[in-house]
Formats: sequence, structure tokens, C-alpha cells
Amino acid sequence: MLDLAIEERKDFVYTKSKQRKALKCDTDSISGAVSQRACVYCGARVVLNPITDAVHLVHGPIGCASYTWDIRGSLSSGSELYRNSFSTDLKEQDVIFGGEKKLTKAIEELVQKYRPRLVFVYSTCVVGVIGDDLEAVCRAMAAKHNIEIIPVQSSGFVGNKSMGYRAACDSLLRLIEPRRGQKIVKRKNCLNLMGDFNLAGETWIIKEYLNRMGLALNVAFTGDAKYETLKTATQASLNIVQCAGSMMYLAKKFEEKYGTPFLRVSFVGIEDTVESLRRIAKAINDQSVYEKTEELIAVEMEKTIPVIQEYGKALQGKKAAVYVGGGFKAISLIKQFKELGIEVVMIGTQTGGPEDYAAINDLVEEGTVILDDANPAEIERFTLEKGAHLLVGGVKERPLAYKLGLAFIDHNHDRKHPLCGFDGAVNFAREVYSTVCSPVWKYV
Amino acid sequence: MSETNTHFRNVNENPCNMCMPMGGILALKGIEKTMVIIHGSQGCSTYMRRHISEHFNEPVDVASSSLNEKGTVYGGEENLKKGLDNLRKVYHPDFIGILTTCLAETIGEDIERIAQEYVRERDLSQDLVVAVPTPGYGGTHTEGYFLTIRRIVAKLAKKTQKHSRINVIIPNISPADIRELKRILSLMDIGYILLPDVSDTLDAPYSRLYHKIPEGGTPLAHIRAMSGAVATVELGITVDDSLSAGKYLEEEYGVPLYRLPLPMGIENTDLFLRTLGEITGKGVPRGLELERGRLLDCMIDSHKYNFQGRCAVFGETELVYAISTTCLENGIFPAVIATGSRNERLGALLAKSLQEGGSNYVLLNDTDFAHIREQCKIMKVNLAIGSSEGRYLTEREGIPLVRVGFPVHDQVGGQRILSLGYQGTMAFLDRITNTLLDNKHQNYRSSLYRKYFVG
Repeated sequence: MLDLAIEERKDFVYTKSKQRKALKCDTDSISGAVSQRACVYCGARVVLNPITDAVHLVHGPIGCASYTWDIRGSLSSGSELYRNSFSTDLKEQDVIFGGEKKLTKAIEELVQKYRPRLVFVYSTCVVGVIGDDLEAVCRAMAAKHNIEIIPVQSSGFVGNKSMGYRAACDSLLRLIEPRRGQKIVKRKNCLNLMGDFNLAGETWIIKEYLNRMGLALNVAFTGDAKYETLKTATQASLNIVQCAGSMMYLAKKFEEKYGTPFLRVSFVGIEDTVESLRRIAKAINDQSVYEKTEELIAVEMEKTIPVIQEYGKALQGKKAAVYVGGGFKAISLIKQFKELGIEVVMIGTQTGGPEDYAAINDLVEEGTVILDDANPAEIERFTLEKGAHLLVGGVKERPLAYKLGLAFIDHNHDRKHPLCGFDGAVNFAREVYSTVCSPVWKYV
Repeated sequence: MSETNTHFRNVNENPCNMCMPMGGILALKGIEKTMVIIHGSQGCSTYMRRHISEHFNEPVDVASSSLNEKGTVYGGEENLKKGLDNLRKVYHPDFIGILTTCLAETIGEDIERIAQEYVRERDLSQDLVVAVPTPGYGGTHTEGYFLTIRRIVAKLAKKTQKHSRINVIIPNISPADIRELKRILSLMDIGYILLPDVSDTLDAPYSRLYHKIPEGGTPLAHIRAMSGAVATVELGITVDDSLSAGKYLEEEYGVPLYRLPLPMGIENTDLFLRTLGEITGKGVPRGLELERGRLLDCMIDSHKYNFQGRCAVFGETELVYAISTTCLENGIFPAVIATGSRNERLGALLAKSLQEGGSNYVLLNDTDFAHIREQCKIMKVNLAIGSSEGRYLTEREGIPLVRVGFPVHDQVGGQRILSLGYQGTMAFLDRITNTLLDNKHQNYRSSLYRKYFVG
């Protein structure tokens, strides 16, 4: 039993042993525990923001827009509209008398200035409390301007970040719904990619793999997505889901409504990338695709493996602590570290579900600390207790790692280099090497 | 010729400010052994921690009462008290700041009452907790910062014996700038109480033992003694009286108040030292005189290059004022002066010197970057000075950015940017002149070729 200062945190943390214990997860953060998590709005914003040609309008006071202005490393092949942060900037008067009028005028202004085909309107805490009717305002404005204006029900307090993912998926479902009477035509060998946000061009890397396998990438949800292409989403014959935390809900609904099967994949690390490519080929079940897939894997492995092995030599026996946003990343990272000869001794996520933690439990060695919704005090304690040499995390975890004298890997959404696929695995190995083997640690 | 523009708009396109609790956190982080809890939903504290972390490259722990739907409907009192219990268990702070958010304010949480009840129920010192109402829609982070300092002083300062130190109250400046102020005060042999002081807490040296609450910050005992100081020097001439801690100390305890601009540029720094001399009777030491001479030398070396500068200055009001005057005394004309705050004083304070500058300028209050960008084009600006958010001007309009202020989150070293005192001004001026020179070196061959050869 791990002794933690905050009694209620005990169910969220355990050490792997022969007897598996169910970990508490997917629930609200505990008051005063200094959670690393954000809110519902954050979840919705990170999922939808990579849609490049949409106006993303935050209905609320200024903070929510200030802190989310262009902070994602999602790349675009076209419009840059998504890199702006628009806000109705509610002031005291608006909170007292309601913000619907201001929202209406804001949409009018933005529509006139940018002529978008798609506007997302995110609700924030205040809007949820004062009860502005987003639905009605969006409907009226959409009818007037003959474009799509979709409200995103993302008031910060209605749950945790996962609820925001769901709100985003609900908005996406609205967007892709075919017009009444429109027939859905499925295109053969045509896939949607879900849960990839084109950070540092990752969607483009996966797209190229699919093309080499003789498959077409239809739409990515939501990396480098555009209004026009999102509208064709129902034509895909298969959905592949990478970030399950954010997109599993969409994939399931998609199957329910449009009969499109889905497949869970991960392109993080060599092992998962290879396995995912093979599983896609199997799902497509076409001899030529099988052959091309194996050829792709052979060519890439030959290029990649020696480089990774070279870095791995210097890293044997090191220990890693991992604290990331979602489950899929955590699971793949354990395998990826194994490829480098590194053991994961602490692992946790902000939004992982029971299935994710079961998978994590199966992958790690006995003695590894597994924790949900951790805070800085716990991350500090377990990385030190477990003797980790490096920490994986985001912006908030980086300075903590450095202050503890540990190496650090950014697995955050603002990074500037891809970590997926074969190229990504090389980048990852190089990054681990560059931080773990830096001369700086000799002096601390 | 001037244009003061308080721009009313229905939509803010790329904010030039942050929200009130952000300022509150920054102020509270400068108090010794202090922890902060934000009463609202979980995202607020996480977003602000992330933003502050990126600038300072330091861990920034801020608790949240993690209000959920139930707390929002039935009131978050129990939640907040539980949060206070939990953060005390983990952090053992000597002082706690409670800040509200839009959410807590909208549902009408009375945090002052909750805080008082909490300390009574748990049998703690009344002075353990300060509650500051900081609704995100109530003002910018600048107002949140000053209001929080005023509240801290109002909470802690008690009638004390007179002593010989002076109070120095500062706006949100870099740890390097705070260290420079302390160096100047030490060189002049002046005893001081500096509030707030993030120079160690948000720029902590690496040490083997990790402190959950970093060491440093203004000691609570010092804040209690502010009422007995010889005088208060508040570096906050743009700050409204209702937000001024110096004004509070003057009204409540009769501490004479000197409100000065940030000592940046030769005139503002002279004024700072002269005022310190008037209060304490101490002269300017030889070392500082030499630094002044070097700054003059630096200004002469750069004056012709600087004359080509037409800049946009944006950010927090105190810094915007100090940068603008520093630019003016170096021949750089601030053609666009902008802040996300609604501030009546800034424009009036700058009007005279700007008019003497002999060119058109615009002053934008309560503005955003879409508007700043538009004005930069109209006013033919060739240099931007302010936080990282201005990188947008570089990317879209090719205007180089000299980073200063908060936040600097796209480069390292935001906490190490030095701009105050004679030495800091020299560093600032060099950064500006070299940016103008780089720009010239990059472009003069092609532009002269186009103009005279191609014709």
C-alpha cells in the first residue's frame, strides 16, 4: 500500500504485483490535489482545433482563448485560419445581461471578414452558468449566412477533459451527417484516420504509408482536416483509430450510424507501427495490399533498425517514468522503451480508461507504479523512489524533471518533430539519447 | 497628432492580455512559502500553470478546487475547504492565496466568508489565507496582479514600529530585472522591502534537494512591517488608485507614497535614483555613475541606427510606458502603443512626449493583435517590442520582434531578460539596435539594387 498525503488519492495509484488491483480512473480530479489535467473546453478545443479552415470562436471571457492561441503543433496544407484565437471576450455587463447578442455580432463580424464555410462556437464555464442558448444563436446565424455553425458544449465544469473529447466528437458527428436523402457510397480501400492531429506532419507520414500500401486516406480526424473533405467522411470503408481516448466514441457512433467498421491502431514505436500496418492490411484483405505492406515494412525496417540499435546501445538498463495525456500513447511508449532497452518504472495518464490501465498493467514489470490523474508531488516522489533516469511528459512536467535532475522527453502537442511511424521512432530514439546522454548530468 | 482608440468590438481576435487570476498567481508566487488555490473548474489552474511554466521554465504548482457540475449548482464551499485541507497536507504553506475565476464569481461564491470560516473551523491563524476576487471577465492579468498585491498588504500589514526601510512595490517584471533592482538598492546601501519578489521562486537555482514550494519570495514578516516604512516607492504610475497597495499604505498608515515609472531608460532611472536619494539622503555611488556613463556611451554609439526605428510596443501598461519613453529618448518612435488593459492613464502620461516626437501615433486600449497588426501596417512599423505573442506580427507582416515582458514562451530565458537600471537599459538597447541592424544588413543590397539598378 502506497502511503499518500491525500487519502482520496490512494485508489488512483498502485504498484504492479501478482494480484491485480482495479485502478480508479476516468473521474473528476480531487480538489486541492494540483491535478495536471485541464477541463472540458480543453478536451474539445484540442480535438477540433486542427480543422484548418474553420473559425474557432470561444464564447466566454478572454482567458480561455488567450491560453489556447496557436499552442498546437498541428500543420496545415492549406488554410491557416485555425491558428487564430477568436473570443467573444465577455465582460461583466455581458455576464449580467447575457452574451447572446454579443455572440451573434461576433459571428456576423467573423463571417464577413473571413467567409468561412464552418464555424465552431465553444461554450465555456460562464456561458454554461448564465445559460446562453448557443444552439439557437448558431442555428439562426447558420440559416442567415448559409454556412455551418456548430455549437460545442464544452463548459469547463461539466466533467473532465474526456467529456470535452466527447463534446468534440458530437460536433463532428453533426458535421459529417449526410443531408437527408443523400445516399452513402462507400469507396473501396479508402480509410479515415481518427485520433491523429498532424502534429509536426504525422498525419502526412501515415498517409504516405497508406498510399504505399495501395490505400487512400480519406479524412483524418482532425489533422489537416478541411470542411470540404470532412463532408466526405462517410465514404470511407474503414476507420482506423489511433488516439482511442479522444476518438473511440466517434468510431463507435460511426459504425452504429453508417456501418463503417473500425480498427484500433498505433503508430508510436516500431513494434506498434509494424503491427498496425499489418492489421490494416488484414482488415482490407487484398493480396496486393498484403504484398505492398510487407515490402513497405521491409524497406523501412532496414533503414530504421540499425539507427535505433545504435542509440539503444548507450541506453541499456536506463529507467523511464511516463506521464502523458492519453492511454494509447502510454501503452505504445512502454513497448517503444523496451525496443531501446529501457524499463518503464512509473506510468500514468490524465484521461486513460479501465481498458487502457489493464493493458498497461499487462505490459509493465512487477514493481512499476501505475497512477491516474497524478500531481507534481506524486510524480516527484515516484520518479525518485523508482530511480527513473528520464521523464516523459508535457510542458508542465518538463521543468519538474529538470529541477529533479532528470532527462526529459516532450510528448506534448506543441512539439516540432514527428514521433510517429518509422521516422518518428528514429526521432524518439535520438531524443532519448540526446537527453539521457547529455554531458549536463555530469555537473548536477 | 495622436489618436487614442478605445476600440469597442464584439470579437477579440488573438488576445493581447490574459485574465485576472493569472496576475493573481504571479503576485502570490512572489511571497515566501505561499501556495495558491484557484476556485473554479480544473482547466483554469492547469492552463495558467502551463503558460507560466513555459515562460519561466520552472515548475509552477497551483491547486484548483476542481469545481464540477454539482459544486456549480449547489455552491463550491465544501469543495474549496477540502481543497485547502489537501493542499496544506502536501505543501505545508505559511500563506495561502485563494483566487476566484469567472465560474466562481458568476455563481456568487463569497470566498472572503468561506476563507474566514475555514480558518476558524480549523483553528488556524486569520493571517494564513487571503481571498482575492479575480473574475476572468473583470479585468486583465495586469489588474489581477495589482489587486492581489493590494489585498495581500491589506491582509498582512499591521500597525508596527517605524523603521528605516523603504517599501518597493513592483509590477510584473522578470526575475533578472528584480535582481537588478535589488542590486541597485544594495549599492546605494538602502534597506528595503520588495513586493512581490519572484526572483528566486520563479527562477530557482538547481539544487540537489527539491522544494515543493521554492525558496525565496517576500517574507511575510516583511509585509507585516510595510506599515512602518519610511516611504513606499511604487513602480506603478499607470495603476488605478483602487488597485494600488502603495495608496493603501498611505491612506491607512500614512506611509508617504512615491509613484514612479519602471527605471528603464536614462530619465526614468535617474528619477528612480533621485527619489531614493530624496527619501534616504543617500547619494548615487560611483559604480552606478559609471554605469550611467556607459549607458550614455551606448546611446551615442547606437543613436543613428535607432533613428530608423518605428516600433509597436504592446503588453502590460507599466512596461509599455517604460519601453515607450526609453524608445523616445533614443530616437525610436513608438508609432503603435497597445495594451489589452482598459487604462485611462497610459495615454495621458505619454501624450506630451509623443507629440514632441513629431510624428503620428496610435494608442490602442483594450485591444487585440488583429487590431495591432492592422495599425502596424498603416503606421509603417518596422520593429515590434513585447511578449512572444507578437511573433504573429513577424510571421504575418515580417516585422522583427524584440522579446520583453510576459509571456516569452517560444524561446528560452524569459526569466533572464534584463531591461532595468542603466545596465538593463543598455542590454535592452543593444537588443533593439542589433535587430534594426540585422534588418538593414539583410535588406540593403537587394533594396538598393531594386531601387537604383533595376529602377
